[in-house]
Amino acid sequence: MKNTAFTQKHLAAGAKMAPFAGFNMPISYTGINDEHAAVRNNAGVFDVSHMGEFILKGEGALDLIQRITTNDASKLSAGKAQYSALTNNEGGIVDDLLVYCLEPNKSYMLVVNAGNIQKDWNWISALNTAGVEMHNISEKTCLLAVQGPNATKILQPLTEMDILNLKYYTFTKGKFAGVDNVLISATGYTGAGGVEIYFEDINGAADIIWDAIFEAGKTAGIKPIGLGARDTLRLEMGFCLYGNDIDDTTSPLEAGLGWITRFTKNFTASSILEKQKSEGVKRKLVGFEMIDKGIPRHDYQIADAEGNIIGKVTSGTQAPSLQKAIGMGYVTTENTHTDNEIYILIRDKKLKAKVVKLPFQ
Amino acid sequence: MNIPDSLRYTKDHEWVKLDGNTATIGITDFAQGELGDIVYVEIETVGKTLDADAVFGTVEAVKTVSDLFLPVSGTINEVNPALAGTPELVNSDPYGEGWMIKMTVNNPADVEGLLDAAGYQQMVG
Repeated sequence: MKNTAFTQKHLAAGAKMAPFAGFNMPISYTGINDEHAAVRNNAGVFDVSHMGEFILKGEGALDLIQRITTNDASKLSAGKAQYSALTNNEGGIVDDLLVYCLEPNKSYMLVVNAGNIQKDWNWISALNTAGVEMHNISEKTCLLAVQGPNATKILQPLTEMDILNLKYYTFTKGKFAGVDNVLISATGYTGAGGVEIYFEDINGAADIIWDAIFEAGKTAGIKPIGLGARDTLRLEMGFCLYGNDIDDTTSPLEAGLGWITRFTKNFTASSILEKQKSEGVKRKLVGFEMIDKGIPRHDYQIADAEGNIIGKVTSGTQAPSLQKAIGMGYVTTENTHTDNEIYILIRDKKLKAKVVKLPFQ
Repeated sequence: MNIPDSLRYTKDHEWVKLDGNTATIGITDFAQGELGDIVYVEIETVGKTLDADAVFGTVEAVKTVSDLFLPVSGTINEVNPALAGTPELVNSDPYGEGWMIKMTVNNPADVEGLLDAAGYQQMVG
């Protein structure tokens, strides 16, 4: 199992650790509900260094990205990022990812899920027929997500870069906490605002930056946050988690990711997806909240009032900010309208739920 | 970790307090810590007579769901009514306010056969 550059910090902070995607990661420190509230209301720090980063460089870099991802990366200027997906030959999702434009046409960073680093690398390499220079910088790259309404206020004194006014899905690079070449982007997967901080762990940079952030956030009460709260935070927003809500067998259109699926260019299986779009998909990912008392979990079956199986739960939890049980799952398209009553099969019971709009409220 | 000497324990992390032939049962401090924030305790076996090791309910934390196993055979008489509205009592006071059920045990001597505090301490390390 791999460690990140912050493992000793997590242990010193009393984190409950568990294996995740081959990494020894902090699941929680003081409790998921407490950490979740800290991010929604104040600020919290996630070590997400397990995520993968690839650099694609050269004249053909943009063309390669355009051919393998669903979103339109030609729209990106320097300092902009976008959410996108890699598709397989059947129109399923190889991974969801972020595309950072370092230099238009010439240099990009792809940020991929930890569990998919090797799979994505192999997939992209096989499609790299024009000899684009590829670097897997995952091992040496540290990534901290500092999220919450007070995150940028806390971090601003640590740098001369303007991070208070950094627009959503844009980034800047410079000196942060005395460390050079730190990339800060106004991204994150919590819906709480804040930034993500990428840097290389050289000359003790990981310790320096971790300590500087916690010192800067001391009076404001900044907290370390584990992957448990990361999951409840993203789920409240209706954000997909790879391996739960999306995978090689789900199409971006089924998953509600039509907004990042642009038919202004050709990409892997774009013709299949275009056909899906014009004919309509047979199932869709929906959000639902429980009416009866119970908590939906991954893989529980979903039925209609007559007891016919109409789908499956992909994510579920008791939502800490909302004080109700929520979930997402794929159901047949005729069952996807808002307020439609569906039933979640929990152990030996059929419990009533209703389809709701995302994000959950 | 809190493991009171006065209680008996199971390998499934339940504790038992015997008073005559009535036993009060809950989950241990270790168990609540492992589960994390508890959000729902579902016990629908009141009035039922079950064997030792039978599932008498489930406890749901934010991230996980876990079965509850009956430490000894007997009849379940009562579920802690406070848990319906405040399941977090299991986290904050696992041996007190966070108790789960009261039961009439078939054979009080069965409780003596469970782990004592030292035995449980050794098991969880």
